[in-house]
Amino acid sequence: MWRPGPRALFASKTLVHLLALTPAAILAWQIRAEFLTGSGGLGADPVAAIEHRLGLWALRLLLITLAITPLRQLTNQPALLRFRRMLGLYAFAYATLHLTAYLVLDLRGFWAQIFEEIVKRPYITVGFAAWLMLLPLAITSTQAAIRRLGRNWARLHQLVYVIAVLAVLHFWWLVKSDIREPAMYAGILAVLLGWRAWKKLRAISARRTATAG
Amino acid sequence: MSLRDALKIPSSQITDEAVYRKRRQFLAAFAAVPALALPGCSEAEPPPPPKVAITPAQARSGFRTDEPLTRFEDITTYNNFYEFGTDKADPSQAKRTLRTRPWSVAVGGHCAKPGTVSLDDLIKGFTPEERVYRLRCVEGWSMVIPWLGVPLSAVLKRFQPTAQAKFVAFTTLADPKQMPGVAYRSIDWPYREGLRIDEAMNPLTLLATGIYGKPLLQQNGAPLRLVVPWKYGFKSIKSIVAIDFVEKMPETAWHELQPSEYGFFSNVNPSVDHPRWSQKTERRIAGTTSKLFAERIPTRMFNGYADQVAGMYTGLDLKKWF
Repeated sequence: MWRPGPRALFASKTLVHLLALTPAAILAWQIRAEFLTGSGGLGADPVAAIEHRLGLWALRLLLITLAITPLRQLTNQPALLRFRRMLGLYAFAYATLHLTAYLVLDLRGFWAQIFEEIVKRPYITVGFAAWLMLLPLAITSTQAAIRRLGRNWARLHQLVYVIAVLAVLHFWWLVKSDIREPAMYAGILAVLLGWRAWKKLRAISARRTATAG
Repeated sequence: MSLRDALKIPSSQITDEAVYRKRRQFLAAFAAVPALALPGCSEAEPPPPPKVAITPAQARSGFRTDEPLTRFEDITTYNNFYEFGTDKADPSQAKRTLRTRPWSVAVGGHCAKPGTVSLDDLIKGFTPEERVYRLRCVEGWSMVIPWLGVPLSAVLKRFQPTAQAKFVAFTTLADPKQMPGVAYRSIDWPYREGLRIDEAMNPLTLLATGIYGKPLLQQNGAPLRLVVPWKYGFKSIKSIVAIDFVEKMPETAWHELQPSEYGFFSNVNPSVDHPRWSQKTERRIAGTTSKLFAERIPTRMFNGYADQVAGMYTGLDLKKWF
């Protein structure tokens, strides 16, 4: 079992920070190149490419965050839990950048359209709802909030399951025909949620046999 | 009407300028064929085109636009050509496996002179001309492309379509050996498209063989493709191997995949949204300013070609026949 001391924890957290920031750094570099030279490797529609890259990493980090608990149990490494909050906050950060790119680079001043889009386009409705739900989770991610909310903290943060489903739907519903990529993430989410469901059922049936016996 | 009342009129109720300008022809069409004016009268087929001619002089004005062009590099690296992969970068990155010579087109159906013709024979005698058209993708982006091609009407007339030829159906090559993307059924191959006969004969409709004066590259639909600038880009079918004159409205690939989202006509229309996204505006990928700040512009009815094409749709409920 990995029991990191303060130095090891600091080093490993720094490493995770660097890894989580890498996609953003690469994108920033490409945006800079696009701005300076007109070719940054973002293709003919850099706005779409930026939106897509940010959204993809928000989703990936969200799924990685959801993988911490099962991984922790399967590998018997409780220390993994120390990384869950920071990964969750990175997911929120990428999601916020994704929304910002949409508002600033994509809509480009057609602000009135955003209300219509949120209401009329299902894929934007669920995407925006997912981001909105991330807000209370991000705000209550602090040590102080965990202490203050007590048992309710865990209940509130179960929202992450809804958020993950909405995020996958958001991706699935914007694709024209090739659903292979969103289907892959749906599959991963199904496994991550299914594992929890299976654990819950086992716990319930274990309690039943215990009381019955 | 007070100014306040006037401001309350939703834009969806304002008569489209192109229709307003043709209002006398609109009324004449009603008078000449009253039964056609009733929407929903015939559910299976749309009403036939009204007898309104578009003069060559009117049409000619749509052949070029003075808007900033899209860069060759962007036109040739951002492509929806699922036969080579569903990512927009796939078609340009795929190996050059499409054999564009020899190339033949099988022309058949209701015509006096059907036959399989080589590409060179198909356009023999016609001097390719440059047309600078806007291309509006159904996804909400657009480009301005300098095509090189010949009018489809001139080519089709050689085959002498009969009176039964109400529609023209087109088919793309779907050879898994030359097109790796065909292995995945993102579309029910082969890719098919179609036009009503008057749309096919419209002076704007182009059979294109080049871009920027150079022969079409694989990713742009080499060696022969259609360009129908007033419709969403997927109607501009690529790498054509068959042209058929048919009597009934032909099935098209995207309509078959999702009939609620992709209609047969698919005329660019800002007042008819795609079920999943708005069509009111588009991102223009063109010009020399940084593509990071690519402009979002209002989408124009018929992609700005209303003068040349609106006459073909007078009396047609464009919300029903999208």
